[in-house]
Amino acid sequence: MADSTLTAYRHLVAAQVRSQAQYRASFAVDVTGSVLFGVLDIMSVVVLFRVTPTLGGFSFAEVFLMTTLAGCAFALADLAVGNVERLRQYVRSGLFDALLVRPLSSLAQLIAMDVATRRVGRVAFGVAMLVLAAANAPVKLTPARLALLAVTPIAGAIIFGAVFVATATVAFWWIESGEIANGLTYGGLNFTQYPITIYGALFRRLFAYAVGFAFVAYYPTLALIDRPDPLGAPAFLGYAAPAIAIMAAVAAGLVWQTGVRHYRSTGS
Amino acid sequence: MVAAVVTNSVFGFLRIAVMLAVFEAGTRTVAGYNEPQIATFVFAGQGLIGVVLLWALPELAERIRTGDIVTDLLRPIDPVWQQLAGDLGRAGYAVLTRFVVPVVVGALVFELYAPKRSVTYGLFMCSMVLATIVCFACRYLVSASAYWLLDVRGPQTAWVLTSGIFGGLFVPVWFFGDAMAIGLIMATPFPSLIQIPLDILIERGSTTVRLGLLAVQGAWVVALLALCRWVQSRGERKLVIQGG
Repeated sequence: MADSTLTAYRHLVAAQVRSQAQYRASFAVDVTGSVLFGVLDIMSVVVLFRVTPTLGGFSFAEVFLMTTLAGCAFALADLAVGNVERLRQYVRSGLFDALLVRPLSSLAQLIAMDVATRRVGRVAFGVAMLVLAAANAPVKLTPARLALLAVTPIAGAIIFGAVFVATATVAFWWIESGEIANGLTYGGLNFTQYPITIYGALFRRLFAYAVGFAFVAYYPTLALIDRPDPLGAPAFLGYAAPAIAIMAAVAAGLVWQTGVRHYRSTGS
Repeated sequence: MVAAVVTNSVFGFLRIAVMLAVFEAGTRTVAGYNEPQIATFVFAGQGLIGVVLLWALPELAERIRTGDIVTDLLRPIDPVWQQLAGDLGRAGYAVLTRFVVPVVVGALVFELYAPKRSVTYGLFMCSMVLATIVCFACRYLVSASAYWLLDVRGPQTAWVLTSGIFGGLFVPVWFFGDAMAIGLIMATPFPSLIQIPLDILIERGSTTVRLGLLAVQGAWVVALLALCRWVQSRGERKLVIQGG
């Protein structure tokens, strides 16, 4: 059973990848565009440091590490589940019915059918930039820190992925909600690129702690550069991202299940 | 509409935090802006996105691809003017909704810069109209590339990226340095979308300088609309070849 289920998903994803790479030139343009969006994130930070020596008490090398960690995590999440926002069209057109009658999880099907292959460009660029940032920042590499450097983008991607799924689920209640999701997904990328010390108290509580965005880049960076938190949080939070990621994924799963129970077909 | 306004406002808070952090690092002015000016720049900018409609989906491109464009061509008005008229009407409504809300939200939380001279309001309104037309023309050109390409994702991505960076949305173009900023304003249409209207609103430079900026926008409007007309007529010929 488990084997044949996995095979089904593998076929779904493979079919998607093949179809999206069918027109070579279009695919190449899409991949290039995806890389350029990654470049844009880096550029914003570089330009900001043209006019200021520090940001929220952190130097360029330190902020650059946060930016690349956030960029990597977001790119991975965007590649895997970014297109889940198309749920709106599935709900509006009634196409979601088709997913429900199949003997596979509706969420997993949606993710497998909408995997955005072109976004590998942004992931590859993100990883390259992360390596550059880690070499450039004052990181004293120990085995623990090396493991942290490898695990953080994955944990961050799960946190972003959970946000993608949870915000897309809103479409079950409110079809025109699309841009609200952007505030938390793309807004989340924007938020995690910079040290959380720059945000006002209310905004920080909401984005950094309630949603868990502080664990995508900020706390792991503090642990990597061996610097105490200016806001006074304990040092072990630098290694807490995987636990937060699991909690975020479970929460997103619960939101999704509630949403599916509220789904009413268009009936057409 | 509600979703867009909320999202624009949320991004206003994200962007203002970064900008104010730049001020906290020391200086009183950054690239010629003081704190209230940059706050106005950010929140009025978040409102302007909805007025000029920076990231509209290329619907015209879809009409060209499917062939629906032929019904537009049957009408006795040129497609460029048809679409422009519709877009100006939409923008007028957006001024009352999508522009006002982020500015009010920003004003509730931050100290915004209110223009000192009454002439500024008139100049800003003119500038906003010109920005809307420039943005419309750019989007039209992106969509019209569908006459040749059919799939406009490449041009659309290029447009979203360049308009964001060089339009003054993510950071004021003056952050790039004076020489590059002036070069961008003169040689590309992008600063005419967001940067120029906002600089006029926060009274950067004398009235003469700001009138000069309006003239730059006006020149881009004329040049881009002429280009739209030319591309459209070439595209119509291409459409016939495709059997449309």
